[in-house]
Formats: sequence, C-alpha cells, structure tokens
Amino acid sequence: MNTAAVQERTNYLNESYGLKSWLLTKDHKRIAVLYFITISVFFAMGGVFASLIRTELLTPPGDLVSSETYNKLFTMHGVIMVFFFLIPSVPATMGNFFLPIMIGARDLAFPRINLLSWYLLIVGGALAIFAMVAGGVDTGWTFYTPYSTTYSNSYVIATALGIFVAGFSSILTGLNFIVTVHRMRAPGMTWFRMPLFVWANYATGVIQVLGTPVIAVTLVLVFCERVFHIGIFDPALGGDPVLFQHLFWFYSHPAVYIMVLPAMGVISELVSTFSRKPVFGYGFVAFSSMAIAVIGFLVWGHHLFVSGQSLYAGLVFSFLSYFVAIPSAIKVFNWTATLYKGSISYATPMLYAFGFIGLFTIGGLTGLFVASLGMDVHVTDTYFVIAHFHYVMVGGTIMAYLGGVHYWWPKMTGRMYPEGWAKLSALIVFIGFNLTFFPQFILGYLGMPRRYHAYPDEFQVLHVLSTAGASVLAVGYLMPAIYLFWSLRYGEVAGANPWGAPGLEWQTASPPPTHNFDKIPVVTQEAYDFSKVAGEVIEVG
Amino acid sequence: MSGHVHEHIDSTKTYVVVLLALLVATVVTTLVAFVDLGNFSVVVALLIAVCKMMLVALFFMHVRYSTRLTKLVLIGGLLWLAILLLLTLTDFATRGWLNTAGK
Ligand code: HEM
Ligand SMILES: [Cu+2]
Repeated sequence: MNTAAVQERTNYLNESYGLKSWLLTKDHKRIAVLYFITISVFFAMGGVFASLIRTELLTPPGDLVSSETYNKLFTMHGVIMVFFFLIPSVPATMGNFFLPIMIGARDLAFPRINLLSWYLLIVGGALAIFAMVAGGVDTGWTFYTPYSTTYSNSYVIATALGIFVAGFSSILTGLNFIVTVHRMRAPGMTWFRMPLFVWANYATGVIQVLGTPVIAVTLVLVFCERVFHIGIFDPALGGDPVLFQHLFWFYSHPAVYIMVLPAMGVISELVSTFSRKPVFGYGFVAFSSMAIAVIGFLVWGHHLFVSGQSLYAGLVFSFLSYFVAIPSAIKVFNWTATLYKGSISYATPMLYAFGFIGLFTIGGLTGLFVASLGMDVHVTDTYFVIAHFHYVMVGGTIMAYLGGVHYWWPKMTGRMYPEGWAKLSALIVFIGFNLTFFPQFILGYLGMPRRYHAYPDEFQVLHVLSTAGASVLAVGYLMPAIYLFWSLRYGEVAGANPWGAPGLEWQTASPPPTHNFDKIPVVTQEAYDFSKVAGEVIEVG
Repeated sequence: MSGHVHEHIDSTKTYVVVLLALLVATVVTTLVAFVDLGNFSVVVALLIAVCKMMLVALFFMHVRYSTRLTKLVLIGGLLWLAILLLLTLTDFATRGWLNTAGK
C-alpha cells in the first residue's frame, strides 16, 4: 500500500477481486487484459521457436536440429505468431479496451460474446499447443496440399482444428466491433467524428467477418480429404491442389490486413497526439481503411504466381495488387503531412510510430516488387519474401502494438512506464529489427530459399548478421516486458490525460471506472481537436 | 438490443407455403439429378439451392422485413461469395489458353 493506492477511486481493476471476477467478467477492459496476458504468452512461445530457427541458421550445415524438426519449428513459429498473436494483437487488446471508450460507450454491444471470443482463443490455442507437445506440425503455416492432406505424418488435424476455433474468436470480435460502432456511439459522436483507430478496427471487423469463414471451411475440407479421402484437392481423387491455395489466400491475404489495419489505426492516434495536430486528410485516412478492406479481397492470386495458376489469372492478380498499395500509401503520406508544422514530441510511442512509418514503407514497397510477375518468379519462396512480410508484420504491426501499449499504458494501468528505459528499448528494437531482416532481403535476392535449414557457405555472413540482429531484437522485446511489469507497482502515478490528447479515452479517469464514464459524454467537436484540451501535459523531451 | 426493431410475424399460411415451396424444390433437385445435363447438372442444382436459400433468408429469417442495413449485410455476403468464385475462375477457366504446359 502506498499513498497513491489510498486515494485511488473505484476503477475496473479494483472494483472486485479474485480469479472468478476475472474469468467471468463481461467488462471489455478486463477482457482486454485477459487477451494481453494470453497473447503475450503466445508471443513468447513464437519467439522461442524463432530463436531456435535463427540459431540453426548460424552455420551452413543443418547441425543443430534435423530437417524434420526444423520443418516443425518454422511451422509452429508461423502458426503461433500469425493466428494466435498477430491476428488478435491490436484489436483484441487495445481495440477491446478503447474502441467502446473512444466512441463514448459503456461496453461493447455484446459483452458476453466478447468473453466467449476470449475462451475460443484459449480453446484454439490449447488445441494448437496440444499438437505441438504431441509431436508438432510440419506443413508450414500455409498448410499447402497435397502435403497437408496426403503426406504429412504430423498433427495437421489438431492444429487445423485449433486455428478453426481461434477463427471464430476473431469473427466474434469483428462482429462485436461492427455492431458497437453502428449502435453504441455516444450522442454527437457522428461517423466522421470517430477517431481513426475506430475506423481502422471497424474496417478490420468487416474483413474478419467476411474472410475468416472461408479459412474455416477450407480447413474443414482439408480434414475431409485427410480423414475421409473425399476428393477436393487431390488430383488422384478428382481434386485440384491449387484450389486449396485459392481458398487459403482468399482469407490469408485479407488476413494480413487484419494484422496491419488496426496497427495503422494506432499510428494515426500516435502521430496526431505527439504532433498536437489533427491527422491530415481525416476523411482520406478513414476511407482508405475501408478501401483496404475491400481491395484486399481482390489480390490473393499474387501468392500463386508460380503455383500452376493460369498466366491470365496471374496478370489479373498482379494488376489488382498494385491497387491495394494506394490506400496504404495514402495513409503514409497523410501521417507524414500531419507532422508538418506540428509541435512534435519524441516520447516513446512516437518513436515507435516513426519506426512503423519507415519500416512499413519498406515492407509495402517490396510488396510491389513481389507483386510484379517477372520479379516474383525470381524471388518467390526466398528470403526476400520472408523479409517483405516481416517488415510489414514485425516492423509494422509489432512496432505499432508496442507504441500503442506505451501510449495507453497510463490509461490502462494508472501508472507511467519509465520513459528513459522505454526510449532505449524502442531504439534497440529498431536497430535489432533492421539488423535481423535487412540482410534477408539480400539473401533472398541472391537465392537463399526459405524453409531450408542448410545453405551454401557464401550465405553465412548475412545469416550471422541476421541472427545477431535477432538477439538484439530479443533484448529490445524483453526490456518492456520487465519495466512495464515493474511500473505496475513502482511507476509514477498517471493523471487522466498525461499526453494532453483530445480523445474521449483521456477524458475519463486512469484507470477508467467499470462503466467507463461517470456520465455519458455528449460530443460536440471533431476528432483530434486540440483547441479545447484540458488536463495536465507531461513534458517529455 | 432487442425490442428496438419492429418485429413482423408472417401469417402461418405464408410459412406453410414457403415450406411447401422448399420441399418441392428439394424434390425437383433430386429428380433433375437423374437427368443427364452434362456440366449443367451442377448449374441447375446450384440455382435451385440459391432460390431455396433466398426463401429461407427472406421469410424464415425475416430479412424481407428488416432494415436496409440488414439487407446490405446479406447482399455483401453474396457479393463476397461472387468475388471468391469469379476471381478463382480467372484461373480455372483460363487454364490451357496458352500453349505452354501448365499455363
Ligand atoms: C502494400 C501492399 C502489399 C503487396 C502488393 C504485397 C504483395 C505480396 C506478394 C506478391 C507476396 C507473395 C510473394 C511470393 O510468395 O512470392 C506477398 C507475400 C506476403 N505478404 Fe505481402 N504485400 C503487401 C502488403 C503486405 C502486408 C501489409 C502484409 C502483412 C501485414 C503482408 C504479408 C505478407 C505475407 C505474410 C506474405 C508471405 C506469405 C507466405 O508465403 O508465407 N503483405 N506479399
Ligand atoms: Cu498477399
């Protein structure tokens, strides 16, 4: 007990105690905390697999693990990171916590379903973990047929079932967000007064609801063929293996936007708050989220350029892929324009936002490289592609995730994180990230294939650099894990609005009371209107 | 959030008629399966299935009396299914257009 606790008012954290009050909670904020804990565990697991992969790749021969084990390592790394960390990452945690507050609601539209969706993630995760402990999976996170249906002797069904169940968690979260945005906005909170974070999560919800059922059905079809030998993907049974890739990527390309759109929403908030300016071209940024949600569904064939897809389809998908870069570019340009003549402060969240903008730009532009047919024939299934998507998923989404966690930490916990340590770790993450993944662009361009555990001697220098970078990155990720935990007890007590930001979440107490607002706010101003911000501003250099 | 949307209940007669229509469609589907229409067997079966689905959605699921937003959701779902089918067909329908193996 310290002085701060004495004067603490009732909030969502101290309102009730005990495991049961958490496991049966319907409060979106507590559910968000449950998600935070869950996905942190998954992130750590995926990280362990990544470290083992990088350690194996230190030396040219495959000496640390057998090829079979290596196949399982990269599969489980991908499965855990994509389906159990990145997909839920921003929406299930910060989206859950802040989407209702940002539109002046007391909770999501369906609090019980919100809790259900957390349990579904737990059940799905348990199934996936069971598969790993029982013997692992070796198909790659993409489960390509006919290997997954006919040849693999690993735990394909259990893993697929886990992803199937987790998929429903994602659908329910998306559905909840959509309905909440339609039905629960506070008086005066018109569509075009909503923070861009809300727009981004709304667009993500649309993708989750329209896309995820397809991956669920596809995994059921894999199950049917593997267990009952019903011919869907196996040519010997009258099926077509490329059909699997169509169905898989119909979900999984949009899924990359499930992973990055909410992250882009976070960046809009950060850039605005730490420039003390409204986001430049609000309407464009809002609509670009919706455009991404739609166009993202039209490009999946760019993963099938060399898979036996017809050349005509390749041309169509290559052409359409260029369009999806436009809304992303709109966002990047508008964030940059927001900085112009802004009163910029370099607090930790803003450092992460800068990191995001730079790294996402590299990731997005290399997306255009691989979306061009001729170039992709050369680099497909090489480390170039690995580098491309890690720039967007790790350099983009995880940067934004960490930026958002730091930004909203005082609101969620009532405590500040230690700024000095946080800045240092943001810097380490940025350096470690680039050292890990930039050499992979070169490796891939030189011809290093993905998913191999042995390679020619010429590639060793670049692989050593990459592994060294991964170690630096690991330090950068471990530091927040430690100091954020530390700050829960020892951090400086945060006021309601430490950043002087105009969003509704800053107009209520830190941590917020269970029902978010003592009185439902009536909104009379546009989003990001800094002219009327009250509350203290912590000076950060 | 119930109670907000005005509930419209059809007469029992309507429900019975829709039910009969669904049953008849099922019988027709089965009968058509015995006629050799070549590739069109699938087309016909799916067309009938779509009609049945519409009947269920419009009457049993009350979409007919729902808000425009609900209708938009239904149409959106169908549109996305169309995207899935059409763009997949850009591949399957154009295989072999070029004289190169596999293209
Ligand atoms: C800016 C627009 C983007 C374009 C045009 C694009 C294009 C592509 C293309 C053509 C490939 C296939 C390369 C190959 O396998 O040879 C690819 C792979 C990939 N991209 Fe992107 N991409 C974009 C953005 C993103 C974003 C934002 C993410 C994630 C947040 C992402 C995640 C991935 C992943 C995970 C893969 C590899 C999947 C696998 O084979 O395991 N991409 N991208
Ligand atoms: Cu893609």
